Amino acid sequence: MTGARIPAVVAADIRKSYGELKAVDGVSFTVAEGEFFGILGPNGAGKTTTLEIVEGLRKADTGQVTLLGENPWPRNPKLLPRIGVQLQASSFFEKLTAREQLQTFGSLYGVSRQRADEMLELVGLLDKADVQENKLSGGQRQRLSIACALVHDPDIVFLDEPTAALDPQARRNLWDVLRAIQARGKTIVYTTHYLDEAEILCDRVAIMDRGRILAMDAPATLVRGLDAPTHVVLQKGLLTREAARGITGVEDAQEDEVSLTISTRKPAPVLSALAERGTLDGLQVRTATLEDVFLDLTGREYRA
Amino acid sequence: MTAFRSLSTAMIKGFLRDRMTLFFVFLFPLMFLVVFGLLFSDPGSDKTKIGTVGDGPVLSALEQTGALELEKYGDSATARQKVNDGDLPAVVVVDGDQVEVVFAASDQVAAGTVIGIVSGVVDKMNLTAAGVPPRFTVEATSVEDASLKPIQYLTPGILSWAISISGVFGSALTMVSWRKKQVLRRIRLAPVSTTTVLTSRVLVSVGTAVAQGIVFVAVAMLPLFGLQLTGQWYLALPLLVLGTMAFFAIGMLVGAFCKTEEAASGAANLIIMPMAFLSGTFFPVENAPAWLQAVSNAFPLRHMNDGMLDVLVRGKGIEALLLPSAVLIAFTLTIGFIAARVFRWED
Ligand SMILES: Nc1ncnc2c1ncn2[C@@H]1O[C@H](COP(=O)(O)OP(=O)(O)OP(=O)(O)O)[C@@H](O)[C@H]1O
Ligand SMILES: [Mg+2]
Repeated sequence: MTGARIPAVVAADIRKSYGELKAVDGVSFTVAEGEFFGILGPNGAGKTTTLEIVEGLRKADTGQVTLLGENPWPRNPKLLPRIGVQLQASSFFEKLTAREQLQTFGSLYGVSRQRADEMLELVGLLDKADVQENKLSGGQRQRLSIACALVHDPDIVFLDEPTAALDPQARRNLWDVLRAIQARGKTIVYTTHYLDEAEILCDRVAIMDRGRILAMDAPATLVRGLDAPTHVVLQKGLLTREAARGITGVEDAQEDEVSLTISTRKPAPVLSALAERGTLDGLQVRTATLEDVFLDLTGREYRA
Repeated sequence: MTAFRSLSTAMIKGFLRDRMTLFFVFLFPLMFLVVFGLLFSDPGSDKTKIGTVGDGPVLSALEQTGALELEKYGDSATARQKVNDGDLPAVVVVDGDQVEVVFAASDQVAAGTVIGIVSGVVDKMNLTAAGVPPRFTVEATSVEDASLKPIQYLTPGILSWAISISGVFGSALTMVSWRKKQVLRRIRLAPVSTTTVLTSRVLVSVGTAVAQGIVFVAVAMLPLFGLQLTGQWYLALPLLVLGTMAFFAIGMLVGAFCKTEEAASGAANLIIMPMAFLSGTFFPVENAPAWLQAVSNAFPLRHMNDGMLDVLVRGKGIEALLLPSAVLIAFTLTIGFIAARVFRWED
């Protein structure tokens, strides 16, 4: 024992090809115990494939995965009770109600039946306990699927796009659920298309595209490292483009049908100058986000 | 609750909540049993009905043989017309000592029977009249033969067929739907052994088969159909279990190859229907050409049928289980082995 805690996940140069297509092309990352780790990227980036290799559902062509110090492939029964997985496509038993789904999945892990109702409450589905899975809405099914992944209180939770198809309210509720799990010392690895969400939730994110990790760090560090300008958006007509360009610190000003967008790296003096001119009505400040990071890394707009 | 019990419960619930499956497992084969049972319930009198004209000792003797049903006509013209019309196979016209048999050329078998009986009676009466003691004597004794009343034959056959439906469909559809709905992958990630999953599914199939057995036999025993079980009918139970396993293995194989439930149903039907006909579910295979009988030996249903017939209605004992059991076990192992080799967790 070195005294240092073993990382929850270590992936070292994993690769997976489907014929010519390199779905995962040399991905390495480490997730510390208790960390909230996000994998972001557009469709087909290789997020699901990466996650499934780490979970032990798929075999990597090459590369090493260590989960809680163990090799997840081939199927490692010692690890299974300690990991919870929500697959991207929801997986349910046929014709069972929400409660029965949870009881059945729970029993596979030796969990008591009462646990089902606690889980339903956690994801806000208690009133749907007796509804058959195929009669739930898309978002409700998604929440049930997450509950099924958490039913045995695993140490590491893998969630593949858990917030897809959720309404804003359910999404925020789920954020609370996930934060509470992390607060109990659990490790969470999840994928998402929502860069803003990852910025809020994740300790660290990996941005993936075409099977590779382009950048990996805390969201704030990634954004700061970008040195991207802040955008100040004004209602059109309050100020001309020329006048805006005249303000000290303004780098550029662009006008479209409804608004005037000013780019600056010194937002404080620019904002006070705008205040002097009395043009603060409806003003919006948009700082750089992970989307700008993505644009910067790939040269493409981010399309989720 | 253990994983084994809860998986079984989950599957039973899924099964009972699916009307289509319930229909194909219980009602559909039951419909065949009821329809065939009613169609064949009264095989009618076996006696050939003929017309008679006149009277005298010959006709009384004919009456006494009990082999023919006689219908009296006043004049021979009307009686002959009946034969011409095809309503009667033959007419016996007695005029004093003269006995005339008029028969329809179309039905040689019935005609032969009638002429044989009438000649027999007339010869015997001639001998008696001549006072000659008979030199040859015939003694006829009746024995219970192996041919069965239709309901006796139909029930074991249709029950075995129904079990083949529930076995093949049950395992194939569960496998395809669990693979399609990613339940298999999800189960793979849970600390539960493949054996647990498999045995719980087999147990549900066996339970279904037992339920089918009870329902079918109960219906067939209604007075309307009149099935009578013979002595060691409970020997059907081991056959029922072994048969279920063999069909379960076939279903696993079908499920391994089919991507959708529709494809699996189609493939299962394609296997079961010909197998049912060739295995003697609806009519005895003994009447089929020799090569067809040989082919039918390749089907587990054929052997299950044979065994079921023997123990349910033919009164045979445990020795009748040997061959069918051996074949069913060998079949289960072979097909099960292949199915395990081609098994896929995901598409
Ligand atoms: N079983 C498979 N066979 C062939 N190609 C596959 C298979 N699974 C994934 N791929 C391909 O690998 C690439 C990565 O897929 P993956 O599912 O990992 O993407 P993703 O980042 O999860 O996308 P999404 O955001 O749409 O879920 C895709 O181009 C996909 O078409
Ligand atoms: Mg995906």
